[in-house]
Amino acid sequence: MLRLVVRRLLQLIPTLLGLSVLLFLWLNRLPGGPASAILGERATPTEVARINRALGLDQPVWVQYGRFLKRILQLDLGTSTKTGQPVWDEFALRFPATVELSVAAMLIAVVVGIPLGYLAAKRRGGWLDVASVSGSLVGICVPVFFLALILKGIFAVNLGVFPSYGRLSTGLDATEVTGFAVLDGLLTGELDATWDALVHLTLPAVTLASIPLAVIVRMTRASVLEVLGEDYVRTAESKGLEKNTVRVRHVLRNALLPVVTAIGLLTGSLLSGAVLTESVFAFGGIGSFIKDAIDARDYPVLVGFIMFIAMVYVVINLLVDLAYSLIDPRVRVN
Amino acid sequence: MSTKTDKIDRLAELTQANETTTGASLWREAFRRLKNSKMAVIGAAVIALFVVVAIVGPWLAPHTPTAQTWRGEVFANQGKFVGARGENWFGLDHLGRDMFSRMLVGARQTLLVGVVSMLIGLVVGALIGMLSGAAATLGGRTGRRVDTVVMRFIDILLSLPSLLLAVSIAAVMGQSLTTVMIAVGVVQIPVFARLLRGSMLSQGGSDYVLAAKALGVRRKRIVLTQILPNSLSPVIVQATLSLATAIIEAAALSYLGLGNPDPAVPEWGVMLAQAQRFFDNAPMMAVYPAVGIIVTALGFTLLGEAMREALDPKLRG
Amino acid sequence: MPLLSVDELTVTFGGRGRTPSTAVDGVSFTVDQGQVVGLVGESGCGKSVTSLALMGLLPRKGVTIGGRAVFDGEDLLAMGPKKLRDMRGSKLAMIFQDPLSSLNPVIPIGVQVTEILERHRGLKGEAARKEAAHLLDRVGIPDPRRRLKEYPHQLSGGMRQRALIAMAVACAPRLLIADEPTTALDVTIQAQILELLKELVDQEGTALLMITHDLGVVAGLCDQVNVLYAGKAVETAGRRELFAHPTHPYAHGLLGSIPRLDAPRGEPLNPIRGSINDKIAWADGCAFAPRCDFYTMECLTGTPQLTEPRTEGHRVRCVNPVLPEAPAEEVPA
Repeated sequence: MLRLVVRRLLQLIPTLLGLSVLLFLWLNRLPGGPASAILGERATPTEVARINRALGLDQPVWVQYGRFLKRILQLDLGTSTKTGQPVWDEFALRFPATVELSVAAMLIAVVVGIPLGYLAAKRRGGWLDVASVSGSLVGICVPVFFLALILKGIFAVNLGVFPSYGRLSTGLDATEVTGFAVLDGLLTGELDATWDALVHLTLPAVTLASIPLAVIVRMTRASVLEVLGEDYVRTAESKGLEKNTVRVRHVLRNALLPVVTAIGLLTGSLLSGAVLTESVFAFGGIGSFIKDAIDARDYPVLVGFIMFIAMVYVVINLLVDLAYSLIDPRVRVN
Repeated sequence: MSTKTDKIDRLAELTQANETTTGASLWREAFRRLKNSKMAVIGAAVIALFVVVAIVGPWLAPHTPTAQTWRGEVFANQGKFVGARGENWFGLDHLGRDMFSRMLVGARQTLLVGVVSMLIGLVVGALIGMLSGAAATLGGRTGRRVDTVVMRFIDILLSLPSLLLAVSIAAVMGQSLTTVMIAVGVVQIPVFARLLRGSMLSQGGSDYVLAAKALGVRRKRIVLTQILPNSLSPVIVQATLSLATAIIEAAALSYLGLGNPDPAVPEWGVMLAQAQRFFDNAPMMAVYPAVGIIVTALGFTLLGEAMREALDPKLRG
Repeated sequence: MPLLSVDELTVTFGGRGRTPSTAVDGVSFTVDQGQVVGLVGESGCGKSVTSLALMGLLPRKGVTIGGRAVFDGEDLLAMGPKKLRDMRGSKLAMIFQDPLSSLNPVIPIGVQVTEILERHRGLKGEAARKEAAHLLDRVGIPDPRRRLKEYPHQLSGGMRQRALIAMAVACAPRLLIADEPTTALDVTIQAQILELLKELVDQEGTALLMITHDLGVVAGLCDQVNVLYAGKAVETAGRRELFAHPTHPYAHGLLGSIPRLDAPRGEPLNPIRGSINDKIAWADGCAFAPRCDFYTMECLTGTPQLTEPRTEGHRVRCVNPVLPEAPAEEVPA
């Protein structure tokens, strides 16, 4: 197990190196180059020249790249041109909101998606199957930001059941411990804060869950259908085991293997979705921040974010691989 | 009396006939199954309608899509959305332009964005995938190394959230419809490359390729005549599905302010992105382009999924 | 009274919109206490479907089952799903063809054995593990304690089949159904597995329903043999009687098609021509007629009935049986 972790971490190095080269090239290709990326688009030529010298842009490319790499390795992601704060601090501030939202969305997708996919497969051709398959096909075709607008329009603006923006009501005095609003409420015993945070979380999380939910439902359904036809399920039935034992131990345990992988691959689209969802609900996470950074052409923030996302993605996939090897003994041996 | 012996002979012929039909090509069989699939027929009908609108839409449009003919009326209504009426079937947008005409004309741009982006992804991706796959299956040790390096690179691109990749490309290229098409297309490249390579690798390991090798068929010929044709079906399915994703992603890019800034050319994604600012007062203004995008994307998705099922040898009965 | 008495079992596939196809078309046979009975035939003759129907393992949708299968005084086909579930694994057990795909790849062998002990014998924890190790030992798996923790892919093909047999005999069933248990194994392993089955049957008095296409297996193991063709039993006899006097042209052909070591070199093999797809409906006549060397017009007038043309208890479904006195080839057409 430890060896697997170490090997996967070592495999990370070339990936991240490659990514850093891409990012470096990208930064240099930006309109006006890094200087105007730092100074903004209205920089005068003299200022640009000064910055270029200060940044060592008159030096050979590999020296520049070396310096770029060194900075990244020191986790120095630069300074936001818009807020003037270190990019790292900006992320740290907003990170909990995005994690909270993503985790909630993934929870919804998994908790609803797996049973739904299982039932659809079990009752293949029934109304539930038809409904969940067509629902998930429509689900992946609805642009996330439009779904966000619709849900917000119906449930927040018209019905007023849910708040339309933010993470907590403004008047609420909630103590911040970890930055995860729901968790903080539980930790400090301020249950009203937890409830308020959950209410704020609902619409964005449901929105963001739409695509992973659609994918998980279809994936689970296809996988369960395949497993139901396997010989070992027939063996389990021939042993006269309780229905529930057959379902959990023999069908689901095997059927969920590809679903676990899919969940890992969904992180990328989840983060894309978070950018869109957060901006509609003004959720104040990294997503909203990135939308603003795109609007303001805040390149250091974007570079830092891409590097950051790549790391998150890789770590999540590492976790997925580990989870996979826990469930599937065949992987463990190899 | 001889009728019954005939019957047996006929039966034998019948079974033989059956055997020849099952031996028919995968594609003909797949097409037959597609015609019988409700999903495929609905999808194809939606796509056909969309393509027709995209072609003839501009001539059908009752008003000039860019003319702010009813501007005064919209301002008099204090920005309120003027809903459907005899003169303007889908109402007016925030600048007093006819929504119905804009939808008709916009279809063409939307189709263009979808097709061009898909083609960029398909051509470049399939080329990378094919070279990498060919190198891996038949290129020996060097080939495998080349393949590893190329696929590492592809994996890096895949690891990035597509939207962010598109945003980064758009940032370099500036704001235009071409940017959107290239950005969305580039996002598709790694998908196609991985898919074709994987498909070629699994074909490359199959017995008929081994047989061709044993018969001394030249490597290039094996790749071109044996492996490649048998690896293409998932790529074709993906191309169909990609048209759907491309249209949705283009809309998302427009929402993020990277879409086509030229108001003279209506496009559904841009229309939807503009409408979201007025969503609370004028939701229908967003609903028309959104429904257009959803239905079109659904059409491509349905056809793609039906093709996937039709081409899956496991599901062939 | 026999332990299992199958009477006119029919299984028809085909639900909404599809043309129904009959896989089992009125099969009748009996299995006595402690007896080994063979169901023999080519693939597609309905032998596996018969066994799945008896176990209640056919899907409920799109399958119509008719007839009766009285096991231990109760009709298996009329039994409620819950009762059947209690029955399976305890009184009625089954071994399948492909041992690798028949074992769950992601849970240890031990759990797959103990779960049946928990379910039917109420054994838990260490007691169940101990019994499981005992069972593995009994089916000839060395070092059973260690094997319990291993996964199917870590075992050899023969070991896997032994493990499956251990599960099947875990609750000392009255009847064991074995569906081609040796087909997926190497020849040397096949003999070991057959030996094991024979031993278990002899020691426990378990009845065994052996489903196979391999006449060698039949010769080595079965007391009574039923030859199936296109969903019907065409010949039923004791093992010795069948091998000595195969009377239905199909059984005759099957035995005749076995290559013989003592035949001179260059002697042509004697396959049965055509395949099981070249059949006609039983309602129109004998399904085997299109492949039969002896067929006449009488073969095409309705379903042939079971008769006993040779000896008592040797039943044959044929109007032109292969009898020494009257060679069927001579019958004018």
